[in-house]
Amino acid sequence: MTATPDPVAAAVAAAVEHYRGDPNYILQMLREIQEACDWITPEAIDGLQRALLLPRTKIEGVAGFYAHLYTRPHGRYRVLFSDNITDRMLGNLELLEYMCKQLWVERGKTSEEGLVSIDTASCTGMCDQGPALLVNNYAITHVTRQRVDEMCELIRNKVALADWPGEYFRVEDNVRRKDILLGSDCAPGAALRAALPRGPEALLQEIKASKLRGRGGAGFATGLKWEACRNAEGRAHYVVCNADEGEPGTFKDRVLLASYADLVFEGMTLCAFVIGAGRGMLYLRGEYRHLLDRLNAVLERRRRDHLLGANILGRPGFDFDIEIHLGAGAYICGEESALIESLEGKRGTPRNRPPFPVTHGYLDQPTVVNNVETFAASCLVAQGGGARYAGIGTAESTGTKILSVSGDCARPGLYEYAYGVSVGEVLAACGASEVQAVQVSGPSGVCLAAAEFGRRIAFEDVPTAGALMVFDHSRDMFEVARNFVHFFAHESCGFCTPCRVGTSLLRNLMDKLRNGHGSPYDFAEIERLNGILQSMSHCGLGHTACNPVLDTIAKFRPAYERRLQQKEFVPAFDLDWALEPARQMTGRDDAGAHFDTAPGEER
Amino acid sequence: MSGRFTIDGKIVAFTEGQTIIQAALAAGVYIPHLCYHPEFKPHGSCKLCTVKVDGRHTASCTMLAQADMVVESNTPALNDERRTLTQMLFVEGNHFCPSCEKSGDCKLQATAYELGMMSAHYDHFFPKRPVDASHPDVLLDFNRCILCSLCVRASRDVDRKNAFALCGRGIHTHLIVNAKSGRLADTDVTLQDKAVHVCPVGVFLRKDKGFNVPIGRRVFDLKPISAYVDASAAIEKE
Repeated sequence: MTATPDPVAAAVAAAVEHYRGDPNYILQMLREIQEACDWITPEAIDGLQRALLLPRTKIEGVAGFYAHLYTRPHGRYRVLFSDNITDRMLGNLELLEYMCKQLWVERGKTSEEGLVSIDTASCTGMCDQGPALLVNNYAITHVTRQRVDEMCELIRNKVALADWPGEYFRVEDNVRRKDILLGSDCAPGAALRAALPRGPEALLQEIKASKLRGRGGAGFATGLKWEACRNAEGRAHYVVCNADEGEPGTFKDRVLLASYADLVFEGMTLCAFVIGAGRGMLYLRGEYRHLLDRLNAVLERRRRDHLLGANILGRPGFDFDIEIHLGAGAYICGEESALIESLEGKRGTPRNRPPFPVTHGYLDQPTVVNNVETFAASCLVAQGGGARYAGIGTAESTGTKILSVSGDCARPGLYEYAYGVSVGEVLAACGASEVQAVQVSGPSGVCLAAAEFGRRIAFEDVPTAGALMVFDHSRDMFEVARNFVHFFAHESCGFCTPCRVGTSLLRNLMDKLRNGHGSPYDFAEIERLNGILQSMSHCGLGHTACNPVLDTIAKFRPAYERRLQQKEFVPAFDLDWALEPARQMTGRDDAGAHFDTAPGEER
Repeated sequence: MSGRFTIDGKIVAFTEGQTIIQAALAAGVYIPHLCYHPEFKPHGSCKLCTVKVDGRHTASCTMLAQADMVVESNTPALNDERRTLTQMLFVEGNHFCPSCEKSGDCKLQATAYELGMMSAHYDHFFPKRPVDASHPDVLLDFNRCILCSLCVRASRDVDRKNAFALCGRGIHTHLIVNAKSGRLADTDVTLQDKAVHVCPVGVFLRKDKGFNVPIGRRVFDLKPISAYVDASAAIEKE
């Protein structure tokens, strides 16, 4: 019997085999099927359903959750322009529109011949080298009109992505200031060699003595977390590295994984030694797909060098290995319990807590989830001792912090400082002038005005996951906040009512203000919604979704007052806007296709 | 372990493993809720049952009761927030109470009355949610869906069919059925399924029977939702 090879069936079979038919890997299988077939066809879901004996609802539910998985055709080339505020400031939307025109495709739609789709994506972590975009999840940086022209030509000629010029995909590290971590000469295995002879308990004591705190922003004491997990009973213990670096403006983990991967993996191995884990997982955001092969090569080398695998460095019974899971476009998976759900091949919705992951994490077993930078820093502690590490930084915030600096400055990139550095010092170092505001720790963080630049980066003053976006006096802080509000509405997982609906309502209100329909009434509504989001939401996304608005209202009120053009309430509904679909269908945009609209109207 | 805690000053007894809402409802203290159902594992998503425990907001359906907790529930501030959540549920879907066969038997409507909701307040989203009339016995009207996942849980845990799931994300989250065609007719769902009867709103409608009980004599026409110890059981009997 001969059969024509069916590429979808082959892709499904390969993905299922790669992950040994384990349904926990369904997200990874879907991702690989899409890489092979451009989208996840109904037949691919049939195949998965048969192979994994899962209900179709489960597979479709997962596929439908992740922004970068497609259950409808999206073209052979799927272009996503990063839409962080820093990309906007570099003209990403003009480039997007230009590309759409060149390729005759409407934003968000697939071209008629099924060749290409063009849309935006949340920050792709290339803010120091934007505007950036993703093609089939591979990052392209420093996008210019010329590069768009070239890309259009390649797309029209159906040149395979692998044959596109390599320079498009070059991602620079842009390390501008090194301190103990980025300047570390810790050779692969050195931290393990220092820690293993003294035993897991001694290493835990060093970590506690270092007063190392989580670098993801929340700042939980790493030693306490490891200890609680070590003491928790379970069938197995797990180490999870959170490399879902989705907070807009943050890109330090990208560099750590590109050039300091050994430190990260070694830190995970140290943690495994302490808590008694046999398996570790690194959850890499899908936008960093370009790092996957390199990271797997590092893991392979570490296995050869006996830094991973059975009997690590000859220590009997110390068996540990690491695998990499890729995300697929979901900021919420940076929340640790959502990340674990995603690792288990589920929709990335945050769990009800307690219980917390240290006792009930991956597969309900004790699990440590730490940030990339936390694991890397733990190597310095293992090597140099906790006391030495604790001597750096401030009383509550020991060690150093890597800052991802972007926006209006001469030298965007990574700056590593001991905790306690003032925002002003960082601004001077990166060559920022005429600074109006700095957004620290991304949209969920805090917006600082010039009077606050003396404040310090530290858990006791301004805590941060690492982002520092600079805005000079030419920037409109209302538009900055509006961009962030759109981000949260896009990234809300939809689980709880206040965040699912509230972030959309907030977005609509900010758009209403922008459109000149704002009145003091709407201003009060915004403040009320902020309260609901803060008090009623299920997780941190909802709690912080209003931060950018609250901060900018408090500190840049004129930017809002300019928008409150109406004294009395005016509906958001606009007759002229309602005609837009008709204008699109008829291709008209002349005066006759418009109503006379209120002054200040923008289209 | 068992013990007592107070809710709005009233002393409530609980047994080990009970959540705040379980203990409260058992003691005859009503806490508004939609995604909570006594027969199912709590979901914690609608957030209507949010109370303040020792000053902090928390969902009472997922929070275990503990001795000496001080719980606030029936306060103007909390009811104001709950009313806003209810308005959010109204505007994100398409709820046409006057023409809905579930009017009077609907927990969303009854909760809105209970909370004194006089209008939807926000602009309606008017989402496009086509109905599924393919099944011989059951009409699925997705316009009403509030994403409580009760049908998902019932089909998974009771009917063992996994006939329903939530798909999409954020404001685009929606209910799907277990069929390649996406049609209920192509699933193994029957009228006997728990999933068909557990909906707190009006997504699942029986085809052969309509307006059997006249409006005015329905479950929440007779007494307000807060007067039922188990409102879910009351509407499922209908």
